[in-house]
Amino acid sequence: MEDLRPDPDGLLARVELERAKARRGRLKIFFGAAAGVGKTYSMLMAARERRAENIDIVVGLVETHGRKETAALLGGLEILPRLTVDYRGAALQEFDLDGALRRKPSIIVVDELAHANSPGCRHPKRWQDIQELLDAGINVYTTLNVQHLESLNDDVGQIAGVRVWETVPDTVFEDADEVELVDLPPDELLVRLREGKVYLPQQAQLAERNFFRKGNLIALRELALRQTASRVDAQMLDYREGHAIREVWQVGERILVCIGPNALAERLVRAGKRLAAGLRADWIVAYVETPELVRLPPERRDGVLRILRLAEQLGAETITLSGTEMSEAIIRFARDRNINKIVIGKPSRRGWKRWLLGSVVDTLIGHAHNINIYLLGSPQQGEADGEHDGELERYHKNRGPIPGLTMRIWPRKRGRYLGYLWAVAATAISSLLAWVMFGRFELANLVMVYLLGVVYIATRYGRGPSILTSVLGVAVLDFFFVTPYLSFSISDTQYLVTLLAMLIVAVLISSLMTNVRTQAKVAAHRERRATVLYAMSKELTSSQREDEILRTSVRHLHTEFGSQNVILFPDASGRIVYPTGRSLPESLHGADLGVAQWVFDHNEIAGQGTNTLPGSKAVYFPLANDDRVLGVLALLPVNLRRVFLPEQQKLLDTFVRLISQAITRIRLAEHARVTQLQMEAEQLRNSLLSSISHDLRTPLATIVGSASALVEEDQTLAVEDKQELSRAIFDEAQRMSNLVNNILDMARLDAGAVRLDRQWHPLEEIIGTVLTRLQKRLEGRPVVVKLPSGMPMLYADSVLIEQVFINLLENACRYTPAGSPLEISAELSPFAVELAVADRGPGIPKGRESQLFEKFYRLRHGQGQGGVGLGLAICRSIVEAHGGTIDAHNRSSGGAVFSFMIPQDNTPPSLQQDDPLPGTELQDPAASGPP
Amino acid sequence: MNARKPVIIVVEDDPPIRRFLRTSLNAQGFAVHEADCGQRGIVEAGVRKPDLMILDLGLPDMDGVEVVKSVREWSQLPIIVLSARSAEQPKIEALDAGADDYLTKPFGLGELLARIRVALRHSVRTSEQTESGTFVSGTLTVDLIRRQVRVDGREVALTPIQYRLLAVFVKHAGKVLTHRQVLKEVWGPAHAEDFHYLRIYMSQLRHKLEGDPTQPQHLITESGVGYRLKVHEDKPNQVPTNSPDSN
Repeated sequence: MEDLRPDPDGLLARVELERAKARRGRLKIFFGAAAGVGKTYSMLMAARERRAENIDIVVGLVETHGRKETAALLGGLEILPRLTVDYRGAALQEFDLDGALRRKPSIIVVDELAHANSPGCRHPKRWQDIQELLDAGINVYTTLNVQHLESLNDDVGQIAGVRVWETVPDTVFEDADEVELVDLPPDELLVRLREGKVYLPQQAQLAERNFFRKGNLIALRELALRQTASRVDAQMLDYREGHAIREVWQVGERILVCIGPNALAERLVRAGKRLAAGLRADWIVAYVETPELVRLPPERRDGVLRILRLAEQLGAETITLSGTEMSEAIIRFARDRNINKIVIGKPSRRGWKRWLLGSVVDTLIGHAHNINIYLLGSPQQGEADGEHDGELERYHKNRGPIPGLTMRIWPRKRGRYLGYLWAVAATAISSLLAWVMFGRFELANLVMVYLLGVVYIATRYGRGPSILTSVLGVAVLDFFFVTPYLSFSISDTQYLVTLLAMLIVAVLISSLMTNVRTQAKVAAHRERRATVLYAMSKELTSSQREDEILRTSVRHLHTEFGSQNVILFPDASGRIVYPTGRSLPESLHGADLGVAQWVFDHNEIAGQGTNTLPGSKAVYFPLANDDRVLGVLALLPVNLRRVFLPEQQKLLDTFVRLISQAITRIRLAEHARVTQLQMEAEQLRNSLLSSISHDLRTPLATIVGSASALVEEDQTLAVEDKQELSRAIFDEAQRMSNLVNNILDMARLDAGAVRLDRQWHPLEEIIGTVLTRLQKRLEGRPVVVKLPSGMPMLYADSVLIEQVFINLLENACRYTPAGSPLEISAELSPFAVELAVADRGPGIPKGRESQLFEKFYRLRHGQGQGGVGLGLAICRSIVEAHGGTIDAHNRSSGGAVFSFMIPQDNTPPSLQQDDPLPGTELQDPAASGPP
Repeated sequence: MNARKPVIIVVEDDPPIRRFLRTSLNAQGFAVHEADCGQRGIVEAGVRKPDLMILDLGLPDMDGVEVVKSVREWSQLPIIVLSARSAEQPKIEALDAGADDYLTKPFGLGELLARIRVALRHSVRTSEQTESGTFVSGTLTVDLIRRQVRVDGREVALTPIQYRLLAVFVKHAGKVLTHRQVLKEVWGPAHAEDFHYLRIYMSQLRHKLEGDPTQPQHLITESGVGYRLKVHEDKPNQVPTNSPDSN
């Protein structure tokens, strides 16, 4: 490599990593080869030293196993009370995670990293508890024996003949900040064991015979030392990478581990992990689903799922590939992803079968150039089977039967029986045809008829029925149409060849057709998935409201994963609460809010099938965007496989991401809208202030000036002058009063403080009131009132409608020459009343019609017209509050018309006229008219 | 006017308005006593034997309506309430509680004097009217004994209810009546809320009594509050009675 500068992206990633690590607590592991080497002892010694340094250190949990020296070390250290978990009547003592998080010491000592928690704890494993402590920024001291490391599980099993189920993922060990190897030579350990320092004497004897054989101890010690050494090695490499020392380093190593539904899978994954760790390479675990594998019973497919999860835990990327030929799918994928090493099991087919039918490995070797292939030997037949059964049993013990599974199998089986029936029927029909043709055609043509039947059945009912058709076809052909007739024996050898060829061709056809069928199914499945995603994203992007998004999401999740779902959000105080809206049939009721809260706080998945709180029924996914958790998706799957198969998981992940994005989009839009509104309000407030300050100051200047003249120059002023000044004060005060009234009215209308008091009013009365109030202002102007005949009534708030008329009339007075006529008119329609004020003035300048009703709009500025430009805005507000519209236009005959419409959604009240004849005074309207 | 100066009590918490009222009313020949809160106002009303009270509705210690109610327990003293412009409801409450008239701030001296005159005359004339039995205002004449109504000397035929309605207004001529007060008096308490009912009858009455119902001279609508029968002064040279609220 010529370029010796460190890769900037890599360095950046390193800085990020270190920053994240700084926030996290530091993990120190006291690592040993076996029990009794003194890990707990060393850990407590270290704890005492920290204590002496006045560091806040707490013992979360330490098992002394009755060892006196260890127990003595606990003296003087703060010990956290244990949590008592009730499990089937037995009270189990467990580490109190929540207590530790509440106490939040600087360092916490928790023994036995590999411990499995009893059911009912938040996490099934202690190392998960410790992860949470680290996430909370607490430093942790813990102990670990080498046999508990996940990837060494097989090796230890082979060496010691004992398998431990309590394992810790290698990533935990690798990510530890410090590993202190506690080493003790095997001889000394055995001495300690005999002295009863490790186990109580009785147990010790048993242990010495089984696990603590010297050979075992040596091997375990070697493993522990090697593991520690490789860690040191890795640290060295890290250091070199960080300091741009690049040699020997192979870039871009990628390992592909191919697994099948067999016992070898787990060992393949572990081997892959070791190889990847040794080469510091990315690794991918792939499961190839071929048509044959699709037909496996669900239990075995679930087993595969479990292995894939294991691989993920060990740090691998997982994927399921599908294809007719395993080798083909693997090679295609390997090319796409630049894989240069493939780990695969040794071929299971042996001898002539392998020679005849080929094997995946041989094809791979034949086709994959530049790829190194590692073969892992398969265990002996019997062992494999036993192990496989154990595996299944364990799976079921851990998970319980998966609900909904048996339900799904049943109709399929029925379909299969139907297929076999059809197979028989197809043979019968072919035979009928053959019987008709028999004697007229060659035997080869009859064979074709039967093959036709096979093709038909293969396309419709798959492999089993089509093979049955093939075999039946051959048998019937032989029995009826080959000499000697009505016997299975064959006289002519050439017919034997014919029948054999027919059988082979038929079987080949059926398997080919089946593959085609599966391919079509897979393609259809993929297409459907793409369609589902497309449909959901389309619906989500067109949704304008959050609840719409939630409903869309819940519905689509249900269709795709067959699950009941709910999306939960926090309330103002950050606590997850159940949504209050209407629920859908697909909604999940009774989600565990505690789990949801945990998911929301930690931005991690939890619930069934996960590492956290696996006891809860549903699975909880955080809905996050850029590290900010928006809410939690709770999903109750009918079938875990539908959620956790890698393909499905990816789909679900995409769903979750789409939903998060949609929610973020809506929230941002809402935020923008609010900001926009605030800006507009701010702008309005500014123009209001500038307008008001000008319009109020002008009359005030006159008032203050005139009044001061009257007060100060009382003697010198002539009587007429005084009169003049007083008049000015009076006029300007009136003007200010109007202004203030208008501003207050507008403010009240804007603030929504006006409650309409709608009643029935005779139009006449309203107009009468207006004209009475404007008497002085209208002096000398002819006002024509044109009302429809009868007694037109208006359902409105009379005070406000009068205000509209007053403003319109005052406006007309202001902008038209004195003495010019005004006209008030009304028109009735069944659902509205149209009212208008018309003048004969100069009209409205073109294009200004709509602006007139804006606040602070004035046609002519600074001409002492006396308005603030609020009168028409007030009119519009009032009319709109009534649900009506207002507009202005010029009359064709000159002048302007301001007209407004008030909708009438009620029928006016009717009154029976009381009798006009005198003497019928007894008649009381209370009795005659329905008031 | 009487020989003794008419006594007016001004209950108002704002000193400048008190000053303006005192100066102007003194100049018009009234004796003015001031109170700056409701309690003092009630005490003054008992002590000073006033002819009229001017009462601000927004007082620091109690609601003006309460003052009206309190005074009405023992006295028919005419009360004119002053209110801020924004809402009709307090005015209506005060009128329903027994106040005689109202004025909206800001108001001119002319309006105030006109109201005072109506209120003072009304309290004196109740007896006078029953004696003569005839009400005359401008073109309108109502003969309360013969139940005859004339406009410009022409007799107008009214239905019994229309007549009863008019009679109520004549009884309280010049005074504001709220919708509720009119409804109670004409139709009884059970119909106190049937406002549209009253409006239709008022409209009918106007068509019979007014030359132009859209420019009424007699039956004036007090926007949002009620109605008033306007009294046209016999002597035209007096202070013009402006329509209320003209601004």
